[in-house]
Amino acid sequence: MALEESHVRRAAHLARLAVSDDQASGFVDDLSRILDMVDQLQSLDTEGVMPLSHPLDATQRLRADEVTESNQRDTFQRCAPAVENGLYLVPRVVE
Amino acid sequence: MYEKTLTQLAAALKSGEFSSRELTAHYLQRIEKADGKLNSFISVTAEQALKQAEVADNARAAGTAGPLAGIPLALKDIFCTRDVKTSCGSKMLDNFIAPYNATVVEKLNAAGTISLGKTNMDEFAMGSSNENSYYGPVKNPWDLAAVPGGSSGGSAAAVAAGLVPAAMGTDTGGSIRQPAAFCGITGLKPTYGRVSRFGIIAYASSLDQAGPMARSAEDCAHLLGVIAGHDGRDSTSVTRGVPDYVESLNAPLSGLKIGLPKEYFGDGLDPDVEKAVREAVKVYESLGATVREVSLPHTHYAIPAYYVIAPAEASSNLSRYDGVRFGHRCENPTDLTDLYLRSRAEGFGEEVKRRILIGTHTLSEGFFDAYYTKAQKVRRLIRQDFLDAFEDVDVLMGPASPTPAFDLGAKKDPVSMYLQDIYTIAVNLAGIPGISVPAGFSNGRPVGLQILGTHFAEAQLLNVAHQFQQATDWHLQRPAFAEEYA
Repeated sequence: MALEESHVRRAAHLARLAVSDDQASGFVDDLSRILDMVDQLQSLDTEGVMPLSHPLDATQRLRADEVTESNQRDTFQRCAPAVENGLYLVPRVVE
Repeated sequence: MYEKTLTQLAAALKSGEFSSRELTAHYLQRIEKADGKLNSFISVTAEQALKQAEVADNARAAGTAGPLAGIPLALKDIFCTRDVKTSCGSKMLDNFIAPYNATVVEKLNAAGTISLGKTNMDEFAMGSSNENSYYGPVKNPWDLAAVPGGSSGGSAAAVAAGLVPAAMGTDTGGSIRQPAAFCGITGLKPTYGRVSRFGIIAYASSLDQAGPMARSAEDCAHLLGVIAGHDGRDSTSVTRGVPDYVESLNAPLSGLKIGLPKEYFGDGLDPDVEKAVREAVKVYESLGATVREVSLPHTHYAIPAYYVIAPAEASSNLSRYDGVRFGHRCENPTDLTDLYLRSRAEGFGEEVKRRILIGTHTLSEGFFDAYYTKAQKVRRLIRQDFLDAFEDVDVLMGPASPTPAFDLGAKKDPVSMYLQDIYTIAVNLAGIPGISVPAGFSNGRPVGLQILGTHFAEAQLLNVAHQFQQATDWHLQRPAFAEEYA
């Protein structure tokens, strides 16, 4: 499956990653080589094989629906780039 | 003091030969003197370490100290440490002071061990040479022109150089075992779920696992006993009890059935590495083990499957770095989208971006089934190869890496770097444990023997590795660097 620059552009957009024109062509080269290597998978017959998402085939454990964490808003906001009155500051979204 | 293993240091602390404060100061001095050449630490927490040492010495005097109380350790900078910078080797987290401790850190603190600091690593644990760190590459103490391996390269180099008796690493595709092999130390990747991932910065959540890196299997056994166990804060942590890994170290190996996967001795394997591994297997035969060839037929699909699954999980995990709640934020964003785009473009390095883009692409509409679902099916076949092999043999043995440590800057092409992990990566896909132990040298650079066991066979792996280290002294060899510079 050949990779085109439009694929890299789409992925960069979905991942919210700024990519300049120069960088985009570099990524097309690198990612193409990686995907060529990955394409070896296509030669393997996996008909009837169940996908494996967890190496022990475990499922999520459930726990009682109880509050176990205390409120640590101040602590967690100490590492934020910009906060005010307990709120995260970002550029204005709605004019 | 630095010549001693962790096990010997624990005995010396217990007998009062020296205090934890003296021991801690000794290692801090070695770091200060030598790490300018190695770059194995990102942060050294000297003041805090000396305080912890005092607490350990007081506990010792009061008779309440545990067996590892007062032992200095280092933590890969992927473990969150409260009030200490936790960078994950990235500019993105250069300003991140973790607000909580990883469970591994909590458990080590409870055991009274001392943290000397945070070790260098490939950014977000993505790499096999430690050249992808925002803080610069780490050098291999056996040869400063060589890489230490990655991604836990700082931990491996620091232990090999005697800057710390042992360190914690993480392994998603070989990141404990390959640097352990390159630096001539012992490194264990436990079964997936054996050690809590809580507070370990996520790369690929279905593959990540933390483990000890030390001078010997015995040292690793002591440390695994501390960090293993169920943790309600990691939903993939297992509830199974933790055995006494030290108690079983001396079990005899007579009757042990060893399998040599024929795919691990094929093209691309350095002849010196092969020779060292085959010599090691002979040592096992002399200890009463039997050896047979086995096959892991899907071995060559492991790297392709990994480079779909790991980047896919990474692209999801790393979406949290948005420049809003923590981490790097760009200057003067014009709007929210600009803030995301530029904060992430400035904060992430090249390899991280590559993997985010690959993961985003393979998960995107039109490609998901062809890549992601396909890779997950292949993952099951790879795991089945191991389960089938363990029907016939107790452990598998082979090289940890196809070559000894390569030169810094030698592998510019990402795919050639990825292929380095051919013998380690399938183990993470299968979730089984693996250990790398020193088994010789090639042109002065260490060679690692990798031993693999079935799920939760850590006690057996440590036993098998320890018996080798009772019969050989590869693990006790030190680079000249340890004496010359430190």
